[in-house]
Amino acid sequence: MTSTATVLTVAAWPDCAPRLLRPSQAGPEDHADYVQGGGYRPLTDADALLEQIDLSGLLGRGGAAFPLGTKLRTVRDAGRRGMQTVVVANGEEGEPASVKDRWLLRNRPHLVLDGLRLAVAMVNASHAYVYVSDEQSAAAVSGALSQLDAAAFGATDVAVLAVEPGYVAGEETAAVRRINGGPAKPTDKPPRPFEEGVSGLPTMVSNVETLANVPYIHEHGSQSYRAVGTPMSPGTFLATITGGGRPAALYEIPHGAAFSDLLVLHGLTTESVRGVLMGGYFAGLVNTDILDATLDHETIRRLGSGLGCGAISILTDDCPVAVAAAVLSYFDRENAGQCGSCFNGTAAMAAVASALRDGAATQDDLTRLERWSVVLRGRGACGTIDGATNVAASLLHQFPHLVSRHLANDCPSCRTDTFTAVRPYEVEAVAQP
Amino acid sequence: MSDGLRIRLDRTLCDGFGICAKHAPDYFSLDDWGYASLIGDGTVPEKDRDAVMRALLDCPVHAIIYMGEHRPSSDGAAHHDMTESPEPEPKTDDNDAISGFVR
Repeated sequence: MTSTATVLTVAAWPDCAPRLLRPSQAGPEDHADYVQGGGYRPLTDADALLEQIDLSGLLGRGGAAFPLGTKLRTVRDAGRRGMQTVVVANGEEGEPASVKDRWLLRNRPHLVLDGLRLAVAMVNASHAYVYVSDEQSAAAVSGALSQLDAAAFGATDVAVLAVEPGYVAGEETAAVRRINGGPAKPTDKPPRPFEEGVSGLPTMVSNVETLANVPYIHEHGSQSYRAVGTPMSPGTFLATITGGGRPAALYEIPHGAAFSDLLVLHGLTTESVRGVLMGGYFAGLVNTDILDATLDHETIRRLGSGLGCGAISILTDDCPVAVAAAVLSYFDRENAGQCGSCFNGTAAMAAVASALRDGAATQDDLTRLERWSVVLRGRGACGTIDGATNVAASLLHQFPHLVSRHLANDCPSCRTDTFTAVRPYEVEAVAQP
Repeated sequence: MSDGLRIRLDRTLCDGFGICAKHAPDYFSLDDWGYASLIGDGTVPEKDRDAVMRALLDCPVHAIIYMGEHRPSSDGAAHHDMTESPEPEPKTDDNDAISGFVR
């Protein structure tokens, strides 16, 4: 994949020391810098570290917020029953509105590799993979690997696999399927990778940002890790902020920070905000209720949405109906084309949302959209159809008055300057071969 | 001793023939386009074995997969934690929780 570089603001949160970003440092971190900063600390007791990971409450940063400790323990225990195990560092950031994984891989490859090294030790893995679709990321990680001495990963084989990008290519079963020699498309569950993954072995697939948190816990312990964040959403997270007529930004935010403070940091006023698209394209739209929210899993869940991968697109001038239509159309194009409910459902919902945007939808269309947004949930091998139903349902429930106005073809912005982005709020344009 | 059987449905294989829902409507639901999803967790008690096996054997694309006999003692309790989704679960007024897009 060739990505077109764009201006990206990278900043830490005020009064919160960054753990993942290096805002004051220019350029990628090399091996000497990383070691000088305390990296690649010797690991003497892998079980003790796993206990600290459990106590830290570290949640996965790929979108599902699954506790890393549980994942590690399950794969480790399978290994102790006599099976070989595998770890996959997943940096295939298929989400167009997110850039945090690519930033980490390009700028702090050793931090990710250190986390991978520790995960490998905790589950006693025989093989490890760094799975990416970005050429710069692949080059940075390969370069970083070449700087390590042979002892860093012990007897474990480590390979970098670069694949063609795609929305579904980063889903965990798609990663496993691709590593196994198949297409980078999801498989139905069960089995999940922890049961049967790479080469049929118990496999821990973990997002690279999740792994990048592990060295901090190794060095400072779980209590220090929990010093920022909330009890249910400990630590910091990388947030890709797009929209609002501002250049894209990558911030490291302590969980529980106020959304209104994020707006200040990003140079926007509360009055200008109509809503947000949460979790990249996955977790749907939220109306101005977001203005009083804090950025943690429990609060965003109460709003009927999710933090997901930490990508937040801020809607100021853009019409939420048009944004929903654009995202649904993206799902219509970018789904894996495997599950009937998904390739039919995304097409149908995109058609209604687009008609609504164009002032051509009927009440019957809306009734169908409402029904699909409920009954199609969970009907795919991966979460793509769920992302689409989230967008449709949240549009109808969060913006009912706006939907009514579009039924009457009464949206000035959609009639004059229609939002029709092919990849809404993408951070980097992708040149497809 | 068997207490029924276990199956799974591979929705990437389903071609929407809908035969499964005719034979075993309590186990297979069809969407507006005729594509199937499994109702429940794939555990089939003995009393429903014949209907579900007929659905399995009649599926033209072999999307229904026999996973073995069901023995209550072999339930996957050890895996319970791994199948729960603590992911933020967007809800609307009238829908169930969903799972996340697991990256």
